[in-house]
Amino acid sequence: MTAALQIEGLNRFFGALHVTRDVNLTLQRGARRALIGPNGAGKTTLVNLMTGALKPSSGRVMLEGRDITSSSQAERARRGLARTFQINQLFRGLTVLENLCLTIGERDGECANLWRPAGSKPSVIEEALDHLESLRLVDDALKPVRELAYGRQRLVEIAIALAQKPRVLLLDEPAAGVPSSESHLILDVVDALDPDIAILIIEHDMDVVFRFARQITVLVQGAVFTEGTPADIKANADVRAVYLGQEGHQEAHAHG
Amino acid sequence: MSDATLHQKTLTARQRASDYLARRHHFHWAEALPWLLAIAAFFVFSNRMAFGSQVLIMIMFAVSLDLILGYAGIITLGHAAFFGIGAYTVALASLRLGWSEPISGIIAGGVVAGLAGLVVGWFMLRYRGLTLLMLTIAFAAMLQESGNLRSDITGGYDGLPGLTFDPLFGHFQYDLYGHTNYWYVLAALAVVFYVVRRIVYSPFGQALTGIRENVRRMNAIGSPVHWRLVTVYAISAAIAGIAGALFTQTNAYVTLTVFDFDTSAKVMVMLILGGTGRLYGAFVGATVYMVLEDYLSKMSPTFWQFGIGLLLVVAVLFARRGLLGVVESASAFRWRTGAARRRFVWKTEYWKALAVAAFDGGLIGFLIGFAGNLGRADRMSLFVSAFPARVVAFIALGAAAGIVINAVYLLVTSRSAVERPAS
Repeated sequence: MTAALQIEGLNRFFGALHVTRDVNLTLQRGARRALIGPNGAGKTTLVNLMTGALKPSSGRVMLEGRDITSSSQAERARRGLARTFQINQLFRGLTVLENLCLTIGERDGECANLWRPAGSKPSVIEEALDHLESLRLVDDALKPVRELAYGRQRLVEIAIALAQKPRVLLLDEPAAGVPSSESHLILDVVDALDPDIAILIIEHDMDVVFRFARQITVLVQGAVFTEGTPADIKANADVRAVYLGQEGHQEAHAHG
Repeated sequence: MSDATLHQKTLTARQRASDYLARRHHFHWAEALPWLLAIAAFFVFSNRMAFGSQVLIMIMFAVSLDLILGYAGIITLGHAAFFGIGAYTVALASLRLGWSEPISGIIAGGVVAGLAGLVVGWFMLRYRGLTLLMLTIAFAAMLQESGNLRSDITGGYDGLPGLTFDPLFGHFQYDLYGHTNYWYVLAALAVVFYVVRRIVYSPFGQALTGIRENVRRMNAIGSPVHWRLVTVYAISAAIAGIAGALFTQTNAYVTLTVFDFDTSAKVMVMLILGGTGRLYGAFVGATVYMVLEDYLSKMSPTFWQFGIGLLLVVAVLFARRGLLGVVESASAFRWRTGAARRRFVWKTEYWKALAVAAFDGGLIGFLIGFAGNLGRADRMSLFVSAFPARVVAFIALGAAAGIVINAVYLLVTSRSAVERPAS
């Protein structure tokens, strides 16, 4: 079985700084994997290498068996690799509904059409509204994104990723900045996704991680520290040392 | 409660949303206004139709810029390049090839400029922001200089006078008052505008807005951003080319000044003045600018730039979204005043803002006065006799304008800011 997303021997330097160190990571079809690690471990850099926002210094990225290392971000997205951003990247001046319709239009190749009015396809609008409904955003459909609270914007970010109908979904701290009253919405929606979709989530909230993930990868200083099931990771003394030890160290300094 | 309002209430949010998108591209009655005005202008100012044609041409040029600047967010100060290519295409076709049929002429001008836009855009649009801005300026300047090098073909800065074109449809002669030209240009503008309007409301147009709003997100949803930009750049270049072709035909004359930086800057000023990304901003901006320029330059051949400058200061300080944006805000403001009005409270920061405005206004006044002096024949007087009196007057005027404008601005914005939580 070919993996949904596979990276092999990935390295990335920023000048002399070795940010990503020989990372191997496989997302099987239907994977629910969490990527955790202390701040500055290179989690977002790794996502950027997967999506093509950054090019690796060496190594390969494979999407459903195809080498996409040299493909552009847009090509990867068209092949079914979707992501959300740690900090919202939305069309702030457009309405929520337009954000979704545009995404669907680009997904279906409709946006090459210069003549047909954008609103003339009810199927597109209906689909966009379905995605909004799943995140309870319909009431805000006609508001420009910039008028929404940050937490609500976060939901739009998720809705866009879902509207891409991805095969592989990378969620970069999806719940960051979302009020706890709404963060369960995101996980509910993600849980309800097609079980075939491979999902990688970066998250600091351990409750979310342990609820969501079936496998966990721990990244420390740009390299894979360890991998395993949530139970393995919970029980792993080294991981605890990386997280707690560091904090203990800092506290010792603070007190000293 | 009437049936209509009851019906409105029972519409779910979902239906409202989809109805809005489905209707967004429909024609609004107000969209007929500029065209009716253009037709009315023919009967009211029938002795000024040569000027009228020039206004319509500048509107078309500004519309072409709006497509890339207002919608796709491509910043350029070299759009005169394509205007000039169109202008020279018909001029050279008529003079060297004897191709004097006007309608096929403007089509040729559009095609040549569009192809140029395609090639140049493919190279330039990898860059954005200031780099792109410099490249667009450089391209127009290079064309102008190449034209100057081969002045045996282009006529150089002396131009190619006395161009002749066939009667329109082989029937309508060009009259001294430019009546035929006016209808000709108006019809061309209507066709071009219809095309642009279709594009703006198409899925492609949506993608352009997306690129303007957030390129990273466009990449992430799989949009071929570069091709989208190159496509719209070529279309915009073609429209600018058509405007340039009409310019040559209506004047029966063209010189290398069409490539001037001034032309590029002027069309951008017009667009910003009218309002970008709103289609009709080009109509308002180009008309106001041209009429004002015409009027002021007759009133005061040396001072007229001050009027234009003042208008710009007003637009930049008071109407960030252009004159059309002001109209929109004004109508929105009227809707909102149903809520209780709050009294305006003077605070220290407002006074500070006014002081800054006065300084800015003074600075701009100084620059305008300085520029106005540069344009005068006796340039030496700039630093001698004329310098203190005139420039000081400009500084004072600019500062006063800055204060007045900003005071009004503060009044309006603070009021709406106070109101917002209540709604």
